Amino acid sequence: MDTVVTHSPLLEVHNCRQSYRTDAATELLVLDKVDLAIAEAEIVGLLGRSGSGKSTLLRVVSGLLKPTDGEVRWRGSSLHGPAEGIAMVFQSFALFPWLTVRENVELGLEALGLPLSERQERAEEAIDLIGLGGYDSAYPKELSGGMRQRVGLARALVVHPDLLLMDEPFSALDVLTAETLRTDLIDLWSEGRLPIKSMLMVTHNIEEAVLMCDRILVFSSNPGRIASELRVPFPHPRNRLDPAFRQMVDDIYALMTRRTPSAETRVTAQPVPAISQALHPVSTNLLAGMIESLAAPPYEGRADLPALAAALQLEADELLPLGEALALLRFAELEEGDIRLTEAGRRFAAADTDTRKAMFATALRAYVPLAATIRQVLEERWNHRASAERFRDELEDHMSPDYARDTLRTVISWGRYGELYSYDEEADQFSLEETD
Amino acid sequence: MSSTTYPALAAGRRLPNVWDFVAIACVLGALMAITPAVRGTLAPLSAPGAVTVHLDPAFLPYYAVRTTLRMFAALVASIVFTFTYGTLAAKSRRAEMILVPLLDILQSVPILGFLSFTVVFFVGLFPGRVLGVELAAIFAIFTSQAWNMTFSFYQSLTTVPADLDEAAKSFHLSTWQRFWRLEVPFAMPGLVWNTMLSMSGSWFFVVASEAITVGSHTWSLPGIGSFVALALQQQDIGAIGWAIAAMLIVILLYDQLLFRPLVAWSAKFRFETTATAAPPEPWVLALMRRTHLLRIVSRTVGALLDTVGGLRLTPRRQRSYARRPPSRLGDAIWLGFIALLVAAALWRIIVFISTGLTLAAFGETLIDGLISLARVLFAVFFSAAVWVPIGVWMGLRPRLARLSQPAAQFLAAFPANLIFPLVVVVVVHFNIDPNIGLTPLMIIGTQWYVLFNVIAGAAAFPGDLKEAAANFHIGGLLWWRRVMLPGILPYFITGAITATGAAWNTTIVAEVATWGKTTLVARGLGSYIAEATNQGDTAHIVLGVAVMSGFVIVVNRLFWRPLYDFARRRATFG
Repeated sequence: MDTVVTHSPLLEVHNCRQSYRTDAATELLVLDKVDLAIAEAEIVGLLGRSGSGKSTLLRVVSGLLKPTDGEVRWRGSSLHGPAEGIAMVFQSFALFPWLTVRENVELGLEALGLPLSERQERAEEAIDLIGLGGYDSAYPKELSGGMRQRVGLARALVVHPDLLLMDEPFSALDVLTAETLRTDLIDLWSEGRLPIKSMLMVTHNIEEAVLMCDRILVFSSNPGRIASELRVPFPHPRNRLDPAFRQMVDDIYALMTRRTPSAETRVTAQPVPAISQALHPVSTNLLAGMIESLAAPPYEGRADLPALAAALQLEADELLPLGEALALLRFAELEEGDIRLTEAGRRFAAADTDTRKAMFATALRAYVPLAATIRQVLEERWNHRASAERFRDELEDHMSPDYARDTLRTVISWGRYGELYSYDEEADQFSLEETD
Repeated sequence: MSSTTYPALAAGRRLPNVWDFVAIACVLGALMAITPAVRGTLAPLSAPGAVTVHLDPAFLPYYAVRTTLRMFAALVASIVFTFTYGTLAAKSRRAEMILVPLLDILQSVPILGFLSFTVVFFVGLFPGRVLGVELAAIFAIFTSQAWNMTFSFYQSLTTVPADLDEAAKSFHLSTWQRFWRLEVPFAMPGLVWNTMLSMSGSWFFVVASEAITVGSHTWSLPGIGSFVALALQQQDIGAIGWAIAAMLIVILLYDQLLFRPLVAWSAKFRFETTATAAPPEPWVLALMRRTHLLRIVSRTVGALLDTVGGLRLTPRRQRSYARRPPSRLGDAIWLGFIALLVAAALWRIIVFISTGLTLAAFGETLIDGLISLARVLFAVFFSAAVWVPIGVWMGLRPRLARLSQPAAQFLAAFPANLIFPLVVVVVVHFNIDPNIGLTPLMIIGTQWYVLFNVIAGAAAFPGDLKEAAANFHIGGLLWWRRVMLPGILPYFITGAITATGAAWNTTIVAEVATWGKTTLVARGLGSYIAEATNQGDTAHIVLGVAVMSGFVIVVNRLFWRPLYDFARRRATFG
């Protein structure tokens, strides 16, 4: 960042903290001490797992969200709400279904109060630039996902923003469509035809980040922090098969898995009780399937994560929680971008259903404090029943309601599989029924 | 029908709380506050003799136009009310606290019971002139239309998708632009659907409000409603036939000319990301879209409205973050204000009760209420027993389900008053106890809501589940118990809630049936209110209406809503 001091950066974020206040008056940090500067003529990527706060940071930058602490400076003055010169492309496209392509594109200009003739001229220009010519009068629902995101892009570009923000713009598209859109956008960018100065994009796709960005900021989760910053030295257009490109993808995988054990120790080192550890909702079917795949050839118990992601058609964002859940249950270990089955993992792969369930239950009681606590409480109660509410409350003291819900759902599903306890949805109650 | 939603019911999860109490107190307090004024204005009035209604069918077209104009005037008022009240409730946290429970209570209160007050009030505003009576009728129709429309709009405003909200903010739409570009379009499908329901429902009120007697005064306005009232009085069965025919034509006309095109047009506002098979284009819309001249006209009007909606109105300025922390002091002042309001309302209620009423009268209305409740529940469950099997049978046949839709509007609009002659003749002829004999009148008004919701539910029943049931040879009672009934439960309950509301309103009309000189009275809260109205006895009207509101709210909150929540949780994924 210090290299671009020739003129002041477009956007600066200083010591940004975003917290979430729960009922218990405890603060949950979503973002912590984030510093960010975006210079002119660069594409910056925010890379991280879902829930790492990268989308939150994008909303802070766009002025949609007020940071709890810290300052955002836009073109030299501090930001108070959605600023002119910043336009956003949404993951879900956020097109107005009752407006045609043209009306959607013109919306931002109408809001600026531009006269009709200028609006039409600029809309025409943006529509042609982004390859939507001929679709002017179509409604969004008539278009494919790729075309819809082109409308989203045209709508953002038409206001000639200095900074284009993109929130996982290609993650709702299929692989081929996403690739076409990425290369189209990068081509326009390298040819200098986009009416923008810089781009800031959020993604959880490692290859996408390496393919498009000049600079990648890797986020760590819970709370979101910028864990490392990488420059991508390759000129556009980039070749995914280039060994240097592959090496960089591998390195980022390693970077993202290496943090995990340290994050775990940090959780236990803090005064947060162990039972309030956030769990990612990973289905037991996926866990079992993953163990089986790893145990079978060609992996024979050990796999390179990027290669595994490609083979199983999983994104890093899906694969990493899976790997972490296996690591938590001690069925596998993660190290330097690799995943390796443990002895327990190998036995699990070879076992029959009942043995697997027993192994899973043992692992839950040993390594998932929340599951162990639920079981213990149930055993102590005379009627072997306990309301889920108290566990939810406990979790919500230490994490956002969304995380708490996910965690509880995961522990319910895992506990059911391990037959450690059962759960009655109607009564919102755990019990030992059917498990004894 | 299968694609329709019932936004007004989405509030199902709201549990009774202190705000309901606030709302109830305010409604009753306001009601009791205007009674002295009403008593005062009652005396100097002379009935406007200028209006005479003729039973000659030749007058019917004119009457039909007058009635239709009245309904549309009320509709315009309802839309204006919806846009202001709904917006205020959705945008201001403080207003929301009181406005939403208030709306909920107003929705549950049998408006027909208030008719005598509002008539006297409006007539008092314009003494001796028809305008007052006219406004009173429009107001009565308005009260039957507005609440569900407003609720639907409020619900839509509070459920605007987060990404569109962010897009609107980040592209700097002004409040005015946001309203017309995002909020109104998003609310449109629900609003159109509720407007149709409102129009159907308001016929009942048209018939009741165009000719009304309070004490010794009778007011009547030229219209289908007063035509029917006169026909009932003079035992003219032919005239009733003419009135039904006129009603049918009016309903058909506004359905074809207005609602069909409106529904087809509003489909473009439906928030869906996949293109669904469009139903055939209504002929009026096709005419407007294809005929050159009409197209130019509709385009020009459309473009004009579009431009108005696109105006910024407010100057562009640096927008600040949307949510500011609420001011504690402001909240305290506001809550204090509401507390004062409630105290004043309670004081009113206490004064009212202590001067005009005895505990015995209250006990009597409670018993009457229980009798009416039994009648209402009987009507709903009888309708269910008869129409659920038939509705399922029809709903599983797509052609039949489609054909049934236009019939829905007419039948739902059909006011029970028109059946009085038949029922009264039968009851008198067979010498049946009116307490039992008049109950079918309530079923007449309520059954359609059950039927058409069941048809919608059965039509929307997933095809793969039907196939699975057939594949596993699930038949007979098991099929009903495990497959179809749970599948249509949310729809059935929606219908039953609407039907119950309609049935309570019907009691006021249907527990006293008049045919010429014969008047049959069934004991119940409805006849209690009707008789109090006839005698101009405001104290007892208020008591009757208050008790009835209490019954409606208690039954809704303790019975229907939990049931609806349960059905929705159970019968849907996720």
